Amino acid sequence: MSATLLAVQTLNGLQLGILLFLIAAGLTLVFGVMDCINLAHGVQYMLGAYLAVAAYALTGSFWGALVLALIGALGLGLLLELLVFRHLYDRDHLDQVLATFGVIMFLNEGVKVVWGAAPLSLPMPDLLSGSIVLMDGLLYPVYRIALIGAGLGVALLLYVLVSRTRAGMLVRAGATNPAMVGALGVNIRRLFMLVFGFGTMLAGFAGILAAPILVVEPGMGDNLLILAFVVIVIGGIGSIRGAFLAALIVGLVDTLGRGFATDIAKMVLSPSAANDVGPAIASMLIYVLMAGVLFFRPTGLFPARSG
Amino acid sequence: MTGSTSSHRPSRTDLAAVVVFAAFALLPAAAAAMGDTFIVFFTIRVMVFAIAAVSLSLILGQGAMVSFGHAAYLGLGAYAVGILAEHGIWDVTVSLPVVLLTCGLFAAITGAISLKTRGVYFIMITLAFGQMAYYTATSLSAYGGDDGLTMWGRTEVFGFAPLGDRTTFYYVVLACLLGVYLLARMIVASRFGRVLKGAKQSEMRLRAVGIDPYPYRLAAYVIAGMMAGLAGALLANAAEFVSPAYMSWHRSGELIVMVVLGGLGSLLGAIVGAASFLVLEELLSHITEHWRLLFGPFLILVVLFGRGGITGLLGKGGRND
Amino acid sequence: MTEPILRLQDVHKAYGALKVTDHVNLDVRPGEIHAVIGPNGAGKTTLIGQISGALAVDGGTITFDGQDVTAKPMHLRARAGLSRSFQITEILPEFTARENVALALQARQGHSFRFIRNVARDRALNEGAERWLGELGLAHRADTPAGILSHGEKRALELAISLATEPKLLLLDEPMAGTGREETDRLVEVLTGLKGRYAMLLVEHDMGAVFALADRISVLVYGRIIATGTPEEIRESAEVREAYLGEEGAA
Repeated sequence: MSATLLAVQTLNGLQLGILLFLIAAGLTLVFGVMDCINLAHGVQYMLGAYLAVAAYALTGSFWGALVLALIGALGLGLLLELLVFRHLYDRDHLDQVLATFGVIMFLNEGVKVVWGAAPLSLPMPDLLSGSIVLMDGLLYPVYRIALIGAGLGVALLLYVLVSRTRAGMLVRAGATNPAMVGALGVNIRRLFMLVFGFGTMLAGFAGILAAPILVVEPGMGDNLLILAFVVIVIGGIGSIRGAFLAALIVGLVDTLGRGFATDIAKMVLSPSAANDVGPAIASMLIYVLMAGVLFFRPTGLFPARSG
Repeated sequence: MTGSTSSHRPSRTDLAAVVVFAAFALLPAAAAAMGDTFIVFFTIRVMVFAIAAVSLSLILGQGAMVSFGHAAYLGLGAYAVGILAEHGIWDVTVSLPVVLLTCGLFAAITGAISLKTRGVYFIMITLAFGQMAYYTATSLSAYGGDDGLTMWGRTEVFGFAPLGDRTTFYYVVLACLLGVYLLARMIVASRFGRVLKGAKQSEMRLRAVGIDPYPYRLAAYVIAGMMAGLAGALLANAAEFVSPAYMSWHRSGELIVMVVLGGLGSLLGAIVGAASFLVLEELLSHITEHWRLLFGPFLILVVLFGRGGITGLLGKGGRND
Repeated sequence: MTEPILRLQDVHKAYGALKVTDHVNLDVRPGEIHAVIGPNGAGKTTLIGQISGALAVDGGTITFDGQDVTAKPMHLRARAGLSRSFQITEILPEFTARENVALALQARQGHSFRFIRNVARDRALNEGAERWLGELGLAHRADTPAGILSHGEKRALELAISLATEPKLLLLDEPMAGTGREETDRLVEVLTGLKGRYAMLLVEHDMGAVFALADRISVLVYGRIIATGTPEEIRESAEVREAYLGEEGAA
């Protein structure tokens, strides 16, 4: 494994980590503040990508598609909150699981009806197409670098929002002690709606960013949703900082694991056995990591709610 | 409902169970009279999923453990049978113990970790472990990977292959369902079951009388995993095919829906729920291939408007005081 | 002097800067009723939590029946004979009153990894449970789901569950809380009947009940024990009057 390959895989890992962070950030707040489990967060990511494809057909511009799809994702998120989620906050987790599972069934299938089951794609903007030389012999696509940059930008923005604004203070307080926020006379419903809408918009944003480099297809959010769960479990429910670090760790471990597990397995096994075992080990890595973290820190690396 | 207490008379549950199992037992004859073979295949599928649903009901209904990774055991059971068959081992005396051991071990390890947590964490972690099993199966290139693994036959008994006969296979599956149901009923009615049901209502109360619920929950989790593994082994035999799709997390979700549709806390309900779900799926998919478009909103409506959710509607005691 | 059944030495706990248990020393002798009184927020329930094992202590030792139990989890303390009741009733609402008590008896008998026999037909458990229900005046409610019992009946059931574990010490966290005059009288009568058979640590707001029942009283204020003595000594202590009784009287 060369240094170049390692660098490329590391960048790919960061890129996956950024996408995971964008999905996990909204999700961890919804869990933390509302103690509500939302399985439908992955379909918001998918909808972001589909909306971008549709908006691109309308405007013919990536940037126009980005803006319209963001607005659409936010609107759909708020609509879902109004129709379904706001009735679930007081229910037990089983009800939340069932209802959001129903939302997934409907939207995954709905996307098939509207756009068909075949994979679609979103063209890259001209401005960000092409590759640049990062170091000797390492050519990396500009778009992917921009994606990492955009994700870091959002992370920074979120950090400022959560740590410096009144709404952010309430969100943090809500994750630590929800009863207290209610007692402060804050309009809890509006806070929930705000957090939920913002969270779905972030997931939609991730979907839009991913659309030009991954295929846009029904169910594309499902796998990322479960990776986002792993991120939240590792990072600690309700913690943005935890979600950020855990997302990068999961992104890197998964990507580097898939990139190098077979090579590493070849050091101890015969090549054919390594080819069989390597991928299996690689796909287990992050779950083993999760189990390990849970074993030593049952509430994650950065639990928002202590005691 | 906490089931019958001390009466020796047959309860309404007993009568309902007799009706359900009698219907299953008479179905092949009725199907033969009507010349309809599809319904026999379909009912085999119903009974296989009923076994999985009963096993999930044991932990979800009796123990309030919302496991979102239960389909993993279907898959593990199926793969155990399929992989053994790939190596030329077909006999039930080998495959059944391997199925039970594999599923029991996986349940013991993942359960030991996930049962340390509660609520949202437990749901996410069981989901993640289920997905781990799924991805591992898709990466097993020696055993078909994504495409799955075709079995060229069915499990044998001392060199005989009785399961090749459709009717025999049907009754074997029915016997397994009956056995799993009776076993689950016995467990629920035992001292062990009382601890499980008590822990669901108040963990604090159990600790205060000197019982740590953890080992009991773990044991129930392992038993349920092994039962679902048996369902998986039967599924592999029914389809003569093993696929990672058996353990997709959608399948886990559907198992939960089956248990809840039939009535949380009722083992017989899980059987009825599995049958209702599969029949509904079959009927809706005759209307449109996009049957999920109809089922999704149906599920949401049932949760939202079934008086305090499905769980409230079907008599889960809920929070007191 | 006989060894105390329960001894707390220098037990302390703080939430941040808030000292909820401030270097408490306390003991309960065999057969004695030792009451802990104090204004709201004095840390009485926290103290019960630490003794029963529901809450960890920051420091100090808890000795029960000659054993250091400071690091033991709640269920092992319960098995050693330390039984608590809860301020907010903690019963199993879906179970009948009989099943509630039978589960405690079952716990007493050791592990519950028994899968075969139908527990509902276990005569030893059922009859044992009915005996305790009878002792607390609940015999006629044996088949009633605990969740729909009246408040007073729930308090009595909770006591029956505690007693069924055959405790060496009863930790009673405001057993009279929320009960009417008549029910309070009835519970005082029951506890008087149990006096001498069990050691009890009684946390209670009802001063009538406390002074009627207790052999000794400790006064807890802001997590600190400011006085321990016989009911007469406590009644006459100027410090107690100032810190607590006077305050109550003024309110």
